Amino acid sequence: MKHSTGHSASLDFAQPEPLDLSSGKYVKLWQGPQHPGITGNMSLELTLCGDEIVECKTHVGYLHRAFEKLMERRTYIQNFTVVCRIAVPEPTFNEYLYAQAIEELSGIEVPERAVWLRTLNLELMRLASFLMWIGGLSGAFGQYTVPNWTLAHRDYVLDLFEEMTGARIYHMYIVPGGVRAGLPDGFEQRAREIMDSTEKLLVQIERVMFNNTVFKTRSKGLGIITPDMVDPYGIVGPNARACGFARDLRKDEPYLAYDQLDFDVVTDNDSDAYSRAYCRLQETRQSISLIRQCLDRAPTDGPFQADMPNVLHWKVPAGETYVKAECTRGEYGYYIVSDGSEYIRRVHVRGPSYTHAIAVMERLAVGTNIADIAGLMVSLHTYPPEIER
Amino acid sequence: MIKSLSTEDTLENAGLTAVEDFANWARANSLWILAFGTGCGAIELRPLMTARFDANRFGVAGRPTPRQSSVFVIGGYASVKTLKRIIRSYEQMQGPKFVIALGICPVNGGMYFDSYNTINQFDLYIPVDLYITGCMPRPEVLVAGIVELQKKIKQGRCDGANRYIENFDWYKANQKKVIKNWDMPDYNW
Amino acid sequence: MLERLQREFGVTDINELKPGLTSLKVASDKTETLIRELRDREGYTHLNFMTVIDYIEDGIFTIVYMLHNYDNKDTLSIHVDIGRDGEDMVSIHHLWAQAWTYQRELREAYGIRFPGSPRLDEDFVLEGWDQIPPMRREFDTKKFSEERFGHREGRSSEEPREHMKVKLYPNRGGDEQ
Repeated sequence: MKHSTGHSASLDFAQPEPLDLSSGKYVKLWQGPQHPGITGNMSLELTLCGDEIVECKTHVGYLHRAFEKLMERRTYIQNFTVVCRIAVPEPTFNEYLYAQAIEELSGIEVPERAVWLRTLNLELMRLASFLMWIGGLSGAFGQYTVPNWTLAHRDYVLDLFEEMTGARIYHMYIVPGGVRAGLPDGFEQRAREIMDSTEKLLVQIERVMFNNTVFKTRSKGLGIITPDMVDPYGIVGPNARACGFARDLRKDEPYLAYDQLDFDVVTDNDSDAYSRAYCRLQETRQSISLIRQCLDRAPTDGPFQADMPNVLHWKVPAGETYVKAECTRGEYGYYIVSDGSEYIRRVHVRGPSYTHAIAVMERLAVGTNIADIAGLMVSLHTYPPEIER
Repeated sequence: MIKSLSTEDTLENAGLTAVEDFANWARANSLWILAFGTGCGAIELRPLMTARFDANRFGVAGRPTPRQSSVFVIGGYASVKTLKRIIRSYEQMQGPKFVIALGICPVNGGMYFDSYNTINQFDLYIPVDLYITGCMPRPEVLVAGIVELQKKIKQGRCDGANRYIENFDWYKANQKKVIKNWDMPDYNW
Repeated sequence: MLERLQREFGVTDINELKPGLTSLKVASDKTETLIRELRDREGYTHLNFMTVIDYIEDGIFTIVYMLHNYDNKDTLSIHVDIGRDGEDMVSIHHLWAQAWTYQRELREAYGIRFPGSPRLDEDFVLEGWDQIPPMRREFDTKKFSEERFGHREGRSSEEPREHMKVKLYPNRGGDEQ
């Protein structure tokens, strides 16, 4: 297990020299918000010299809804409906972290059945998010077979969500105190069938995508993250694991039922786009195995929500806490400060894409080809909504 | 679908009506959506194009550029920064063009009604032809919305683009009220 | 380690919030040296985030730095108080390559300046913003939203009691329970 024990003096944090834009050598191009090659609604202001990018500036803020300000105006239970919209493609982690933070501050103990159901929900969300992402990566390189497969298959997982929680995208299932309902009849049978078919699909994806010469040539060597970049830039998740750092919050600081589940932390040796994608593929296989374990071991009876105080007039004791979870992209964290009144005092959402999309992207984009920039963006797995909340 | 002629219609009128009907039928069956995921709603546009819900059978396809598309799907809320780009893309689309607004956020601000960065009433800035509610609207509702839009087009009731041109000053005044760093051209057709 | 920090940097209010998370307070002039010491000698190499809590009733901003040590899985939450009216804060952009983004956001949201931080005055999420920094607690976001963006009148809602009185029991007079 490698560690960066210090910050390398050779890594240059200084901003690059400004370019002479009037020299006629450079072209400015906006890979802007209305663009099929961008992950969500953000834009890259690129400066090109021929085909090669010499400077990249990330512009975010197109999805800024001022969540942190809105959450200060709402009571604790009103926030729970707002919170899942912060990271649009992967909403469940927000619900879990918000519920966990409030429970820590108020000292509410979640019953065991709810812990297992929460783990199941989060792992299913990881699977759905990965399926959409791998489609996005393949589409960013111009190969549209895999997106059609995975987006269609992701619908089966969204069907499972609909059975379990009532909604496809914004579940609002994990509430402070537990979960909203138990599993319906026959859910386990259907979930196992879908897990089997997803495994077969992953084998196909590996064959079609990861053995494809074009994909390999384009993605190997693209956007290399060196080990001494990881700590200064705060790179987390599969981006760091592909570099050799075996850091996974589910193993290092276990939360929910992860200390009773059996899985490996996937690492690789050199972090380019290909190995990051391969890491994520292996992690998805782990995720399928985790879902099967949850289905085997989740208790089928017992309460699924703890006794809660009257949530309409809920005053959480004053204090602060920071909770984190390992989402598909890395360390997702919620920092909540409460002051004993009915309204929440301060919420800060720490999304992993905050550094990946801005500081890391601006550094990695220098020197890449304009044709590969979309692939680089997607391989870092950034979701704009959690950057500007 | 050629309407049956009444005795008062002259032959000339009949010809124009027939042409207009044919044009509306053609427009309705070739709705090409602009690929711009403006907000939350974009997340359900991707499953819409897959084999399960198959928007392609209605003639709907996603296009990367506004010059080739005729439908602009506003996916949910619009922040002020995105609104400027929406206006720019909308004005680059060639008529006849239609706007579908998803979710409750374009109607009255939705759950971001008190946010300083999201607009509350979308059709003060861009004329909207169809609203689809939900948060997020499921793909089946989107398909129903497309069918409804097609019906409306065939009846000739979707004239958002014409309203925009006729009330251009009013729309521009509303837009300039919220967008403070205005650097877009002011057309004067 | 915490005793040593108390001696050398004048750290106060050490509070263990939960196993693995400790909060402490330090003066603003000792912050940069404390954070550098933690990063280089004690192994707190990961900057989780940097944010600000606005205590308008006390007239201070509390800047919170969250540092994490991957070796012993410990997290420190460092609180620094500065004044609310234009007081600058020492920048840590030379310690972490991601810090300038956080400082840019805080300048835009709260109005705190970090001298030396690169690209501090660039717009981060807001464009054409002409009011006070929006995350400050004196900024009333609902009032601003209603003035700038307007408010659409909804349908009149049916209050159940009135509805029942009118629709179901039209012949009864008076306000009967």
